[in-house]
Amino acid sequence: MIDQAIPLLYLAAAASFILALKWLSSVPTARRGVIVGAAGMALAVAGTLMKPEIESYRWIAVAFVAGTAIGVPMAMMPMTAVPQRTALSHAFGALAAALVGTAEFYLRAPAIDRFTMGALVLEVLLGFLTFTASLMAFGKLQEILPTRPITWRSQNFLNFTLLGLAVASGTYLVARPETSWLFPVFSALALAFGVMLIIPIGGADMPTVISLLNSYAGLSAAAMGFVLDNKLLIIAGALDGSSGLILSVIMCRAMNRSFTNVLFGAFGQLQATTGSSQEQRAVRSATPEEAAGILQVASRVIVVPGYGMAVAQAQHKVRELYDVLTKAGVDVRFAIHPVAGRMPGHMNVLLAEANIPYDRLVEMEDVNSDFPQADVALVIGANDVTNPAARHDRNSPIYGMPILDVDKARTVMVIKRSMSPGFAGIDNELYYLDRTLMVFGDAKAVVGNLVKEFAGGT
Amino acid sequence: MSPSLEVGLYVFVLATFLGLEIIRRVSPLLHTPLMSLTNAISAITIVGSILVAGEQKTTLSTVLGTLAVTCSMINIVGGYLITYRMLRMFRKSGKERR
Repeated sequence: MIDQAIPLLYLAAAASFILALKWLSSVPTARRGVIVGAAGMALAVAGTLMKPEIESYRWIAVAFVAGTAIGVPMAMMPMTAVPQRTALSHAFGALAAALVGTAEFYLRAPAIDRFTMGALVLEVLLGFLTFTASLMAFGKLQEILPTRPITWRSQNFLNFTLLGLAVASGTYLVARPETSWLFPVFSALALAFGVMLIIPIGGADMPTVISLLNSYAGLSAAAMGFVLDNKLLIIAGALDGSSGLILSVIMCRAMNRSFTNVLFGAFGQLQATTGSSQEQRAVRSATPEEAAGILQVASRVIVVPGYGMAVAQAQHKVRELYDVLTKAGVDVRFAIHPVAGRMPGHMNVLLAEANIPYDRLVEMEDVNSDFPQADVALVIGANDVTNPAARHDRNSPIYGMPILDVDKARTVMVIKRSMSPGFAGIDNELYYLDRTLMVFGDAKAVVGNLVKEFAGGT
Repeated sequence: MSPSLEVGLYVFVLATFLGLEIIRRVSPLLHTPLMSLTNAISAITIVGSILVAGEQKTTLSTVLGTLAVTCSMINIVGGYLITYRMLRMFRKSGKERR
């Protein structure tokens, strides 16, 4: 009886996962999607616990308690820490798949057929490399590790050699599963490749890399489905894999770069040498008081947030500015570049956390035609995504990247810590335009002063 | 090729196409919750982990299985909770946050 019910539970779980993602397509239905997804997971877990193969529940119970004890605090992290948290959860997901693959190998080899062994090798390879790669990404996002890309000559050669050796040993294991001594070697190669893969990656490439790791973790779960002959795992893994793939394609397009360029191109290094010949050019700087005076006569303002806003934790001050401006009858909107921040959708979540209505957050394609009508474009902690050089300067490393046309606004205000260049290490010609005002200082403090001056002046 | 493998490959290919179609329609506004939700969903690895931990065939497999269940459980609990928390923050103009 139970044997027949379990596949039905799994089927229901698979359907609920698909519904969950479908309902996530828009805000009003999204929460329903999460609940349905969680219910599906509960069905799958309940069904698995009923399986007659389970001898003892002791360690399962221990693991449930431990997992919940770690999982709940991880869900309560502040929204500014979401990119780190996501990287860490990719690491956990990938590790789970790799560990199950390892256990299955030692339980079943050498009496394992070629195809199952192939899936197992893929599961363990993707699992272990995603595990260490995600930990490295976590370290960079948490700034435990240096966020600048670290590169050296023959780095790509070393990386490809590592990957080649991992694939070669994996293939040998498929052909001869009885060579069990090779399995730890193979695992170690996968782990090492994960580390090496992320070393040359810089902070601004994190949105792409996180999406890619999301995809790998999903594919690893799908491979586990082939090893265990479980269709639910295959479906869930394929959904996760395609989601990560779509996100990474969107991120790559938003930077006008290819996958291989992100992974093996090592952005920052190249420009550090070309950027050295910059002459001192004049910029106009303004005090918050002067800036508030300009905002007072504006009727349309477009705010352009970037990673700098997240670093300065300025989103709540930005909300206060939004409130006083809106109260004064100013039309305020937020222009969101797809790669602003450290993961897809980062800015949206931060601004939503600060209680800014989501219908005020506008995507790049929809907002760009509105800049010429805007009185003020207020850039808070964004840099490369506003650089007009991307449109016309063929020699610029970011040439061709879609940008927010901030320079077309009547007045551009840039809140920035100093004149130091952004991640790409290139000068932003936006800062030298006649219509641009630089307001130097910490984003949180400057926006706070703007609010005070603005409220005082009306 | 065994029949179950063949079915598995069909399921994988169809689920991938379905995933691509559904996820293309997700608003960029919700890309962060999307990633945390798919991450929670891929913690379905708990199904395999529970079996390895519960079958208790060898000490090694029980240890690895228990660790894997822990990892998957972290992502299930943490993933669904934080996605729900994020989505509660999104509100329209004129409406107070519930």
